[in-house]
Order: sequence, then C-alpha cells, then structure tokens
Amino acid sequence: MNEDAIRTEVRAWLEANWDSSLSLVEWRSRLVDSGWGMPEWPRAWYGRDFSSAQARVVQQELAKVGAVGVARTGIRLLAAATLLEHGSDAHKTKFLRPILTGADTWCQLFSEPGSGSDLAGATTRADFKDERWIVNGQKLWTTSAHHADWGLLLARTDWDAPKHEGLSFFVIDMHQPGVTVQPLKQMNGHASFNQVFFSDAVVDPEHLVGKLGNGWAVAMTTLAHERRGADGMRSGAADVGTAASRTGRVHDEERKEIETVMAPYTWYPQRAGRVDLAVPRAKETGRIDDPTVQQELAKLLILSSSAEWTARRARATQQLGKPQGPEGSLGKLAASHVARAAARVHTLIACAEALLSGVDGAEHGVIAEILLSVPAVSIAGGTDEIQRNIIAERVLQMPKEPRFDTGPFRDIPRNTQ
Amino acid sequence: MRFHFTDEQTQFRDTLRRFLQTVSPTTAVRRAMVTESGYDAAVWKRMAHELGLNGLVIPEQYGGAGFGLVELCIAMEEMGRSLLCAPFLGSSVLATYMIRLAATDDQKQRMLPALAAGESIAALAFAERNGGFDASSISTLAARVGDRYVLTGEKFYVLDGMSADALLVVARIGVSDGLSLFLVRPDAKGLTRRALEVIDPTRKLAGITFDRVDAELIGDADTAAPALERTLDLGNIALANEMVGGAARLLEDTLAYTKMRVQFGRAIASFQAVKHRCAEMLLSVELAKSAAYFAAEAVDEGRADVDYLSSLAKACASETYLQTAIDAIQLHGGIGFTFDQDTHLWFKRAKSSEVLFGDATWHRRRMMQRLPAKEVA
Repeated sequence: MNEDAIRTEVRAWLEANWDSSLSLVEWRSRLVDSGWGMPEWPRAWYGRDFSSAQARVVQQELAKVGAVGVARTGIRLLAAATLLEHGSDAHKTKFLRPILTGADTWCQLFSEPGSGSDLAGATTRADFKDERWIVNGQKLWTTSAHHADWGLLLARTDWDAPKHEGLSFFVIDMHQPGVTVQPLKQMNGHASFNQVFFSDAVVDPEHLVGKLGNGWAVAMTTLAHERRGADGMRSGAADVGTAASRTGRVHDEERKEIETVMAPYTWYPQRAGRVDLAVPRAKETGRIDDPTVQQELAKLLILSSSAEWTARRARATQQLGKPQGPEGSLGKLAASHVARAAARVHTLIACAEALLSGVDGAEHGVIAEILLSVPAVSIAGGTDEIQRNIIAERVLQMPKEPRFDTGPFRDIPRNTQ
Repeated sequence: MRFHFTDEQTQFRDTLRRFLQTVSPTTAVRRAMVTESGYDAAVWKRMAHELGLNGLVIPEQYGGAGFGLVELCIAMEEMGRSLLCAPFLGSSVLATYMIRLAATDDQKQRMLPALAAGESIAALAFAERNGGFDASSISTLAARVGDRYVLTGEKFYVLDGMSADALLVVARIGVSDGLSLFLVRPDAKGLTRRALEVIDPTRKLAGITFDRVDAELIGDADTAAPALERTLDLGNIALANEMVGGAARLLEDTLAYTKMRVQFGRAIASFQAVKHRCAEMLLSVELAKSAAYFAAEAVDEGRADVDYLSSLAKACASETYLQTAIDAIQLHGGIGFTFDQDTHLWFKRAKSSEVLFGDATWHRRRMMQRLPAKEVA
C-alpha cells in the first residue's frame, strides 16, 4: 500500500470513527479493532503488516486530527511484544486487546533481591502441584505493580538444570491473595517501584509462555524491546504535552492515565543530572565568574555535548544502514559520567545551599533532588560495571572471565536471604 | 550537521591509511625523529605529488586541492594514528591558513603554489618565551624602514621552524594594539634560529631571535590579530583530530597487547580490571572523536560558534589523548616504559599536543568566555 492510499483510507476511517466524547477504552477499542492502532503488527492480531515507514504515515494522520493512539504507558507494549513473539494464540486472544485499549495494566517481575545484574540467577520458584503452578519468592524494582492487573514472571522451575535452562516465563494474575505488593522507598524519598512477595501464589497452567525451561529466551525478548525503547517511559512523557492542550472525554481520561503512570517518575530528569540548569544557574548566581566553577562547568559541557554528538553519530550510521560502530554501545556509560559531573557542578554552584532540600533548597529542592538521585543512573538498567563488561566483550572483543555458575543451578553459590 | 563521513571521504581515509602504513611505520618515525629537520623529505614530496596533501586546503586557484576542514581533519587523524613526522601541522595547516586569511592576492600567488607543490615549507612564528601561546602578549617589535620593515625580538615554540624556508612572524608595529604579519627568510641577516630541546622528538620546535631583520609586511598593518585567532581555531581543531587518531591507535595497540599477554594462566584482557579500563578508554576516545569531528564540520558549515567549539574539541582531546597514553603504558606494564617498545612515542606526542596552543585548562577558560548565548547540542 503506498503512502497516498494509506492516508486516504486512514482519513476516511477517522472521519467516520474519531469522536473525542467517547470514553478512552471505547475509542481505543474502535481503533484497535480497525487495525489502525498498531498497523505494524501482524494482520491476524490487530495490525496490518505495515512497515515502520507505513506505520509512521498512519501515526501522522492520527496526530493531524488529534486522535488518541493505543495505550503505551508502562511496560504494556513490552508485554505485548513478548506475547506476540512467544505467546500461544490463546494468550494473544486473551491479552493483546486489553493491553492496547489500556483496560489492563502490566508489570515486569524479573529482578530479585538476590539477582540484580545476574538476572538469570532468579530463585523465585514455580512448582507444579495439583495441575497448577504455585509461586513463592520475592521480586524487586517492579514498576506499576501496585496497580497492575497482570505480571510477566520469570521463575525457576528446574533446580537441577543449568542456570539459564531452569527458568520459565509466566503471566501471573496480580489480583490474588498470594501476591503482596509493597512500595519500595528510595534514598531520594520517592517510592517509584515496588517489591512483590509471592506466597503460594497461583498461575494457571495455560499461562506458561513459551516452553517449560525456555523462560530466559522469552525474558531476553522483553529486555531487547526495553533496550530499543519500546517501554512507555519516554513516549508517555512526550504525550503529556500533547494531551494537555486538548479537550473532550477521551483526552481527559488519557491525561489522567499518563499522569498516574508518570507521577512516581518526576525525579527522572534530575537523575540524569539536569545539565540544562547548569549554565543558567551559574549565571543567575554569579558563580560563573569563579575560575573553579568555569573549569568544572566547561568539563560538564564537553562531556554532555560530546555524548550527545556521539549519539547523533550512532543514529546517522544507523539511518544510513551502515554497520554500527562502537559509538552505539556507549550511551549508557556516557550518561553516568554526565550525571555525576552535573551533580558536582550543581554542588559547586549552590555552595552552602547544597545542604538544603525542599522549599529551602536551591530551585525549590530540584538541586537537592539531583544530588540524591544521580547515584541511580549508574545502576538502573544495567550497572556501569555490566556496561563496561558488555563494551569490553562485545565491542572490544576481549575474552570473558572464567565462570563459576555452570552445572546444576542447585550447586551454584548464591546469596542467602 | 551530517554526523557521518561521505563515501568519498571514507575512500580518502582508506587511501591515506594505506599510504601512511607504508611511509610511516614506527621504524620510519624513529629514523626521522632523531634528525634535526625531523622529517623525511622524500615522503614530504610524495605527499604533495601523489596525494596532494600539502595543498589540501589551498584553493585551486593557488594550485591546491581546495578541500575543507573536514577533509584536512581526516588527514590529520590518519597522520596522528601513524605518528607521521612531517611539517604538516606547521606548514600545511597553520601557515597555510594564516596566508589564506591575511595575505594579499599577490602574496598568496607567490607563496601558496609552492606550499601546495611541496617545494616550500612555511612556519607561523607567533608564540614567545614569556607569553607562550597567548597572542595578546606578543612583544616582538616591527619598525618601518621605507616600504619594508625590520623585526627585533624573539619567537619561541615555533612549530616546524627549523625546516621552514618561509617564516611568518607576528609582531607589533611600535606600540600598536593591533598585530601585523611579516614574511621573513630564515637566512636573513640578523636572524638566528636553533632547534629547541623538546620532550616530543616527533614534533620539532624552534627558537628564533631577530636583530633588526628585514621583513615584508603580509596583508595590511595592524590587522593580523583576527586572522591569527581564526588560524589557531582551525589549527586547534586540526590538532584535536590528529590527537584522537593517535588515541584510537594507542587503544588498538593496547587491546592487541592485552589479548596476547598471558599472566596467571590467562590473557590479561580477560581480567575485569583490564577490561573496564579499556571500556573507559574507548568511551573517552569516541567522545573526543565526536567533539573533534563536530568542530571540523562546524567550520565547513560556516557556524558562528567555531571559537567555542575549537576550544571544546582541543580541551577534550587533550585530556583524552594523554589519559589514553597513560592507560596504554599502564596496561603494557614494565615493557611499556622501555624505549624499544613504541608506546612512549605516542605518549610523548600526547603530552606535547596537550600543551601545544594552550592546554585543557586554558581552553576550558576560553570556552566559557566564548560560550554561545544558546548552547549547542
């Protein structure tokens, strides 16, 4: 289908169907069933087998009339992508539509207190008893678990198999007595994540995704989509501005949806160091005349600009369809350096005010929030140490270290809780 | 901004790399660096005749190739990789840009074609013993005698000053606030020059004293300061690109060594302490490359913040090159501190490049003085 044909057809459909007085779920149901909500998905599952270029055309037409798109917040699209690739037809029939309409919310139950960087060392167990899976254990850093309907669960089903081969992937119903969700308060005072406790929680046998013992491969699919930025964190943030300016029931409900999801993450920009505040604050406070401030500020600008240009180089290479150079693997590590340098500069600029937070603090506490949030950057989404391993082994082709986690999982040394 | 090299530019890079692998292996570097002139005249001629490198940024009307700074910087990066010993930065970059920016058309006609053909080498003498590379403290004096001038004073840190047959000297006419540019022949009466003892034998510097030396005014009197500043901006960007080439090479050689070197029954490249250092080296080198590439492209795109970007790129490259060299020696262990092993050749170039035309601290201060109203990137 060429671009003009797509535009004509989408316009005609929107003319007949787009109505901002509908409820959010009502509207999205129409959109999803029409195949215009996720045109890059397969025809059999709410899509049209479109290329990403064709899908962009559809997106543009929706944006022109201000039509709300499918639900994207949270990890729901990671769940959808995982189920599309590994789920059975029954899974797809049951889960995909409410994911896209926003009727159901999802969370990802991978990290544990005992396995952070070493995700495959999960010890949450699923045992098959009386024709059901019984789950026991604890998950951590779970976004949205407190309002999630379903969870993507990575659990150990075979303790005698090697580490990566004893894991299975399930969809678990979060609304049941065996699942307890508690907020996890962070050092910066926010509670953006949860810990989830499983005590004889139950999973229907048909909610196993992929084959028994193949959970690691399924989880890798989820993580690959997360790395590609398919989660709703960024797109959600971008949508806030658009949604704010529009009226009608569907927009009101979308705004509420985004606000609910984004509320725990107001500190994310601060986590990255807020380089944008450095020069303006140095000027406002007059600290820019201090030679030490100048030096540190210049170091920060060099770091943040060169990191941005490195990312642009990576994008340009990608767009040309050329083989990716090392510049594509460095963004995460560069971001850690930038955030730390920014925290240092903000401290220098603030002087004694760096002692204060909240209403007494510089920029009404934003600077304090930077100082207390930056330590997360070099941990979340893969620690700096893991990033350096990845760069060394995959980019620089350096040999792996000897491993001590082969053989039956039962015999591998692990954390005692 | 494109953020990538064109296919033609990549071909140019490949051609150059092959050429430099032939003419500038470290055996050739070691031969050239112990000579007073510091370069191989036969290679210099081949650079001009076979590749047109010497006149890369000389306009075609003056016998050059008429390329922009991006192409020049590709050449610089490759020369930095191979540690080429040649008066390229002094003559084909600094002196060439200074002539382009300051000289009259007639003077360009007289000087540039010879530079492009590899028949002449020019050096830009601006730094002095007291003020270093800070142009504002230039005190060499020019006095008018008829339609010519005589120069008195001393120039120091003159890059490729010993090999040059044309010296472009920046001086003040009387007590003028402005700077003027003069052409002086090194064999002129009253001129003495000597090779300075340097820490980096691959980059030669001269000290030159002038005692009422006959000189020709280049361009207009008292107007050379902006041309000098622009020349140094372009020179710093070129140097930054040379530096990232050297740093990338150091990283590659170090990686190869760590993969080969066995201790405790395993290649040392398998130790995390080594891997993590290498990962940080790669990050640092790629960031410095991005800054150096961006600054070069900014010049060819005619951006107004070249002064800021030039200092940014040079400060970034200075820290990166030296740190990469320090890490390279560290990861080579004891052998890295020996004269026979090659790492110290790049270490010395890293050190001299760090200081040449202002160190990182100096350029960071200048960056903040030239901070654009609207920040880049």
